[in-house]
Amino acid sequence: MSPLINIQKINTIFANRVGIFCYMLWKSAALSAYDMFSYYLVFCLQREKKNLQDLNGVFVFNVAEREHLDRPTARLIKEFDCIEESFMREIGSQYGIVPGSRENSLYSALWVAQALLRKGSIKTADKRILLFTNEDDPFGSLQDAAKKDMTRTTLQRAKDAQDLGISIELLPLSRPDSEFNVSTFYADLIGLDGEDLAQFMPSASQKLEDMKDQLRKRMFTKRVVRRIEFQIANGLSIELNTYALIRPTVPGAITWLDSVTNHPLKTERSLICEDTGALIQEPPKLFQPYRNENVKFLPVEIAEIKRISPGKLRLLGFKPLSCLKDYYNLRPSTFVYPSDQEVVGSTCIFIALHRSMLKHNRFAVAYYGASYHPQLVALVAQDEITSAGAQMEPPGMHMIYLPYADDIRDDEEIFPDTEEDAPRADEDQIQKAAALIKRIYVKDFSAFQFANPALQRHYAVLQALALAEDDIPETIDETAPDEEGLTRPAVVRAAEAFKHSVYGDSYDEESDMGKEKMSEASRKRKAIAENAAKDYDWGNLADKGQLKNLTVGDLKVYLNAHNLTVSGKKEALISRILTHMGK
Amino acid sequence: MARNKEKLVLLLDVGPSMHGVLSEVEKLCSMLVEKKLIFSKYDELGVVVFGTEESKNDLTTEVGGYQNITVLQDIKVVDGDLVDTLQKLPRGRVDGDFLDAIVVGMDMLIKKYKDLHKGKKRLCLITNAIHPIKDSFEGSKEDQVMTIAEQMAAQGMKIESIVVRGRLSRDANKGVMDENDHLLSIFSKKTHTRIVYVDTPTSLLGALKTRRVTPVTVFRGHLELSPHMKIKVWVYKKTQEEKFPTLKKYSEKAPASNKLATHQVKVSYEYKSVDGSSTSVIPPEQRIKGYRYGPQVVPISTAEWDAVKFKPEKGIKVLGFTDASKIKRHCYMKDVYLFIAEPGNTRATLAVSAIARAMKEMNAVAILRCVWRQGQQNVVVGVLTPNISQNYKIPDSFYFNVLPFAEDVREYQFPSFNSFPASWQPNDQQQKAADELVQMLDLAPSGKEALLPEFTPNPVLERFYRHLELKAKQPDAAVPPLDETLKNIVEPDPELVAENKSVFDALHRHFELRQNPKLKKSSRQWYQEKQSGSNAHVSSGQAVNSIENQPPVKIEKIGDLTPVQDFEAMMSQRDNPEWVEKAIKELREKILALLIHSDEGDKYQKAVECVAALRKGCILEQEPGPYNDLMHHIRQYCEEKGIKSLPQLLASRDLTLISNDVTAEEARSFFVKMEPKPDV
Repeated sequence: MSPLINIQKINTIFANRVGIFCYMLWKSAALSAYDMFSYYLVFCLQREKKNLQDLNGVFVFNVAEREHLDRPTARLIKEFDCIEESFMREIGSQYGIVPGSRENSLYSALWVAQALLRKGSIKTADKRILLFTNEDDPFGSLQDAAKKDMTRTTLQRAKDAQDLGISIELLPLSRPDSEFNVSTFYADLIGLDGEDLAQFMPSASQKLEDMKDQLRKRMFTKRVVRRIEFQIANGLSIELNTYALIRPTVPGAITWLDSVTNHPLKTERSLICEDTGALIQEPPKLFQPYRNENVKFLPVEIAEIKRISPGKLRLLGFKPLSCLKDYYNLRPSTFVYPSDQEVVGSTCIFIALHRSMLKHNRFAVAYYGASYHPQLVALVAQDEITSAGAQMEPPGMHMIYLPYADDIRDDEEIFPDTEEDAPRADEDQIQKAAALIKRIYVKDFSAFQFANPALQRHYAVLQALALAEDDIPETIDETAPDEEGLTRPAVVRAAEAFKHSVYGDSYDEESDMGKEKMSEASRKRKAIAENAAKDYDWGNLADKGQLKNLTVGDLKVYLNAHNLTVSGKKEALISRILTHMGK
Repeated sequence: MARNKEKLVLLLDVGPSMHGVLSEVEKLCSMLVEKKLIFSKYDELGVVVFGTEESKNDLTTEVGGYQNITVLQDIKVVDGDLVDTLQKLPRGRVDGDFLDAIVVGMDMLIKKYKDLHKGKKRLCLITNAIHPIKDSFEGSKEDQVMTIAEQMAAQGMKIESIVVRGRLSRDANKGVMDENDHLLSIFSKKTHTRIVYVDTPTSLLGALKTRRVTPVTVFRGHLELSPHMKIKVWVYKKTQEEKFPTLKKYSEKAPASNKLATHQVKVSYEYKSVDGSSTSVIPPEQRIKGYRYGPQVVPISTAEWDAVKFKPEKGIKVLGFTDASKIKRHCYMKDVYLFIAEPGNTRATLAVSAIARAMKEMNAVAILRCVWRQGQQNVVVGVLTPNISQNYKIPDSFYFNVLPFAEDVREYQFPSFNSFPASWQPNDQQQKAADELVQMLDLAPSGKEALLPEFTPNPVLERFYRHLELKAKQPDAAVPPLDETLKNIVEPDPELVAENKSVFDALHRHFELRQNPKLKKSSRQWYQEKQSGSNAHVSSGQAVNSIENQPPVKIEKIGDLTPVQDFEAMMSQRDNPEWVEKAIKELREKILALLIHSDEGDKYQKAVECVAALRKGCILEQEPGPYNDLMHHIRQYCEEKGIKSLPQLLASRDLTLISNDVTAEEARSFFVKMEPKPDV
């Protein structure tokens, strides 16, 4: 991704707005540590020129030691941070396109941007030019013929770029005195017509806001995880694409460095035979000790065992949604969406099934023969949900991985009171609980409204260290409970009422019920420990320095008896005992 | 852990009415032992079969009675022979008495262990319970069962009954079955019991937990509703995937004569500096972790991190309650946790029960923030859903599912189904066919849910353990095919499909699928060929492989057959900038050759394709010169020869000059100028 900053009419306020936006965008891109993203910045219509093609009016912003099209470095971000001050001094701007000149800086800027994108890695899959401007009619000051000509060449340039797979996005910034009229020129440039044109302006300003909101997140390009065949019946298989919509995000990968030189290290993995110490080159066989011998397997055999209807999703039947219990879950779900790319007609069947499943409140049970991890899955249809023009939930099905018998545990059944029935709350207690729930009810909750505080902290620290900032910004833990809200008198009253109804008057929740219920075995152990502690003459042993003659177990007996920590090596234990004795 | 050794007696009904499912029982029990051999080698096991003609047990010799019960295996530590014994269960000729068998099993456990090992002694009964048990000498059957159950509780024994019913025992006396069910349920009143009813062979295989896992709490402490209201809870895992066993690597280096060889392989990691000259291994203390920030790597030591990283306090806090519909089912991230009130704490149990029931009534869920342990470096936000217990012995509890954070959600946009063309929208008949399928291919007809996860065994693991057993006897045994009984898990039930034949016929009639003709050879076909190839012969598999992962073949010359592709391939060879120059030159020659050798313009189309490719390539490489030169050349050529169709073709494809060196006007009017517009 590469924003081309095309500033038609410069004033400090404008530069500032774009600047702040880019600064944030870069910051988040640096964190994303994702090779696909590349950023650079081109100013056009500048007094100074600085670009490879030596075209007038175009300024490519960069810092030393950085390729033009590369991920933003800390230095770039830092320097850009000060762009506001240096802008007029170093880059400067000129007003509009001067009549009579053959210079077309918008055209040149597109050319430079395209050239830069071309220079980037061939892997740069998603090439984008973001065009920021507050000038709706860049050639407005020109005369008819020249204007026509420039308009045409510029449009052709843009079209050529689009043909090469570079998308151009327009981010108009309205001036205070007049509305940005997209149809004057830019509609043609980005290929808008009819209805799209009407909707462009409102959605464009929304887009800027949206992009700002996304900034703290690592960005992912939409990609198909796997293409699978969904076999509905014999001879009726449709094509589905799977997508990972929800996956835990972890801090970026660790690179090991040499702490002296700060150079990255190369990891070498080698297999060594424990009997002979010889290095093993070929991929070894695998074995499982069984019946006092080692049963050997070839990796091929393991793959064969796991291969059950490979690459296919086989429909087994349908069940009502109420059969999908809350505890049938193992991993994050996968999203499936139909595709007509290879099998024409797939989407039609999928839509029909999707509608039926929604109508009858049913989910499909299917067997997914992924080669690495075949599993029984539930397919739950999800209808499209939009809110204010934005898609909140895409239409499609979610594949939920179901557990098997051995994956489900019945731990709730291990402590039944065999003599009496389990206590159940009575109507009054339930009423009190309901009252309390009503007091702390959140109406608009979204399942993913919280930022991960650990991750945010990680990013903040990393950024501060990378940019050599002095202090690490405080991150807000959004997951902290609303202490203030919970101490509102109404909430406190409801809580007290509920507490009274279930706990009664004289219940001290801090009193350790657990201790009383301590199992017989552990009580016995403790008794033995206490006796043993008395057996030795600890003081005497310590004086004579004979503590080291005792076993770690014996030492731990003393530590246990005096409620001290029992972790650590023997020396640590001895020194801890001595400290405790005051010696 | 020797301390957790389980003592189990299997009580298996082998009477004539059970013969139909005995092969499944054999599989289930041998699987149980196979897993014990790997995961809990010191468990002890005895096997009792009932319904046999002969009788062989201690009680029949000591006190008489207890006919038709054979102790197949006295209680002993599990070993391989036990697997063989269980794989060849005798087929009995008499209808067995399960109560007698229970008494025999209890007697074995009592004689061997006295009243030790409380809670670790277990009886497992597999029967169909369709035959009446013998009347007792004194008191009713209920009293008899009651006495046995009390004795069992006193000895700290557990009993698990798997009752095979439904399709597997058709012509049975309803009254007898009800009576037996009632008798079995008495056990649950007195002692720790689990009764499971299964009606398909598949669910029979999943009915017995073949691997025993000691429950471990994730958290013990307070569930904080508000600073003023806390409930003591214990948290367990509710689901935890049983993974495919991690096999160890085998080394064949040790000589065969070495009887003590472990054949183990050690995996060692060495960190070396990348500078080509020195290959020194960097010791662990000299290593430091680096984190990426853009293209840079920022070194941060563990100590530095520890000083600044996120350190939440241990505890579970309620953030609020919300409507259950706000939480989509697909947002659940991980395996599931179980929250129970602290065992033995009646008031906590009451509090949990009250909250759970209130939540159920209001259709509400709670949002929780959990830090399970002190020193944990992240927090978990999740949703707590009520679990109202149906069994009056078991207290109410909660399930807890982890929810994603904002960073974990990728907001991809997908086209709305309504935006698709009409041909992709199902018509009324098609919709009706789909409706029929969704309703008729029913896996849960009137309460008899098939493929209930609780009773569905993992086919892959099942297959692995069977193969392991086969290999132990015969090291080169082939991978066995999937068991017939497990086919129902991976394929639709043939009976259900046959019942709904008309539905499927309608589906075939209304929906038409065809391969996209535009794709010559899809990746799917590649994949399938690869699969079948590797299946049949390794050699052919390799052959296909080599084609598929073709290392980009170097294109050294632009051929006649596919000049455009050759050109593109050549342009993308980035190892040497000369390729670009060469490619442009060769394609230019190819185009001119096509023009010259063209007979009445039959090769113009191909030439135009090449021109288009060249134009694109020249724009990409920022070299408009060669292309513009060629165009001038072509124009000249056409003018000389008076060819009109070619410029028309070029103009129609918008193949004008690249307009950087030349003015736009010149570019646009390049071909137009050359010839008057043809009359339309």
